[in-house]
Amino acid sequence: MKTRKMFFRMITASLMRRRSRMIVALLAIAIGATILSGLITIYNDVPRQMGAQFRNYGANMILTPTEESFTKADFDEALSRIPDADLVGATPYRYETVRIHEQPIMAAGTDMESAKKTSPYWLVEGEWPASGSIMVGAGVAESLELKIGDTETVTYTIERGDGSEPEERTLDLTISGTLSTGGSEENYVYVPMEDLEQLTGTADRIDLAELSVSQTADQLNSSMEAINDGPEKVTASLVKRVTASETTVLTKLQALVLLVTIVVLALTMIYVATTMTAVVTERRKEIGLRKAIGASDLSIVREFMGEGMLLGGIGGLLGSFVGFAFAQFVSRNVFSSSISFRPLLVPVTILVSIAITAIACLIPIRSATSVDPALVLKGE
Amino acid sequence: MSLLELKHIYKIYGDLHALDNVNLKVEKGEWLAIMGPSGSGKSTMMNIIGCMDKPSKGEVILDGVDIAKENAKSLTTIRRDKIGLIFQQFHLVNYLTAIENVMLAQYYHSIPDEKEALEALDRVGLKDRARHLPSQLSGGEQQRVCVARALINHPEIILADEPTGNLDDKNEEIVVELFRKLHEDGTTLIVVTHDPEVAEVAQRMVVLRSGKISRETVNEHFTGHIRFDN
Repeated sequence: MKTRKMFFRMITASLMRRRSRMIVALLAIAIGATILSGLITIYNDVPRQMGAQFRNYGANMILTPTEESFTKADFDEALSRIPDADLVGATPYRYETVRIHEQPIMAAGTDMESAKKTSPYWLVEGEWPASGSIMVGAGVAESLELKIGDTETVTYTIERGDGSEPEERTLDLTISGTLSTGGSEENYVYVPMEDLEQLTGTADRIDLAELSVSQTADQLNSSMEAINDGPEKVTASLVKRVTASETTVLTKLQALVLLVTIVVLALTMIYVATTMTAVVTERRKEIGLRKAIGASDLSIVREFMGEGMLLGGIGGLLGSFVGFAFAQFVSRNVFSSSISFRPLLVPVTILVSIAITAIACLIPIRSATSVDPALVLKGE
Repeated sequence: MSLLELKHIYKIYGDLHALDNVNLKVEKGEWLAIMGPSGSGKSTMMNIIGCMDKPSKGEVILDGVDIAKENAKSLTTIRRDKIGLIFQQFHLVNYLTAIENVMLAQYYHSIPDEKEALEALDRVGLKDRARHLPSQLSGGEQQRVCVARALINHPEIILADEPTGNLDDKNEEIVVELFRKLHEDGTTLIVVTHDPEVAEVAQRMVVLRSGKISRETVNEHFTGHIRFDN
């Protein structure tokens, strides 16, 4: 039999035939590895998870025209600079002054489905407008005494530059809902883009676009620069209050997760060291016997370190899978979304667990080598 | 030249002289018994001969080397290569089977050989119990595993400390019979015992008192067989 085979036979026998003792140490390592694996998964996934949460606070990038307005083609060209997977929503807006009850009101023509994505915090009473209907801001509804279900005539005046009579165009639109945001949006009315184009008689004109992009601050800056380096008709800028808050919260959250991970690793190390110290104390006679029959200090170190590292490996393997389940549980309950399994985390968790266990075993093993066989074998 | 020679050995702990100018020679192939009451210095002497301790003064020449001058690492090597130890408390690794316990001595000495370990267990009549854990063996069987472990590396000396101290008469007889066979094969045996029946089987007996050899007798009717009084 090869010496190496005997070595593995001894350390596996020690673990398998002393289950009750070893299970305590294994449990400590597995719990540590579980927390480690789970927190690393969460740490890596926090930007994505929180990014999705932050998108509830609205757009974080604005596209404005470099001249008077830009076209749908310019808009699409700008959007092509952002990866599809990161783009939560992109809403074009066209603003025109219309009259309702002879009062001038700012009307915003937009794509309602996109607006739902870029402005998820909008509180709409009634329905979002479809073609032939209009959504009025709460402020407008109150000042003009408009109610859901009313059909109102919306007037738009086309000023002629040549001094001739202005042309008045009208469109009857039914109020589908009212919008409350607590902000300036309440003083606007919102109509589908095609209805505004029909009312004004001009198409393919965008005054501003709001983008909701799920990216980190650095990625957002890169996307912004990519757009600004692109077509000259569109300028991208970041909504600083949103991106700065996101970055601050993310950084703090990641730092917190990292801190907890380090604390858990330290606690695991202390627990494993304590358990291994107990194991060494319990096995002093065995160590004495091994030394008496010819084991060198190096052999004792190798055997105990081998046991510790095998425990670390098994604990790490268990912990990497249980840790993923833990991270999945946290993700589903806190962020309401799933996370994908990262296979690389299995070897990483195993290696870290082995390293932690090896470090934790150093002091107990040092004490193992100091055992005097003569004293131990006499039972002193 | 003697296989083992103790020259003016002292072991002093403060005011206590555990060994006080001990001189002893053991020839190759000899069977020596060391007797004495508790505190007479038997265990101290065994630890020094077994390379587990060093004398305060004097020379311990084992196979031509003064082991009193060696460091701990060299003593481990000498113990591993030249000495087979048997203890009163058996001292087997409790999670290893009988054969694995025998192979453990091979593992530290050279290369584990399962066939050879099985032959050693066969020699002590435990071939059929090779795969049993110590907890599944009787006291006598455990001590026989210890004998197999002690002889597996063909040591120069087998050093037994109260080998029958925890055994009944039947198992004591089995172990002594094993010693007799080892002696016949030319193995040098040093048996520390307080049991006169075991000591009298040896070729020669020394009695320690207060750290000194007080008496030395040669067994003129040496047969190697134990004779019980009742």
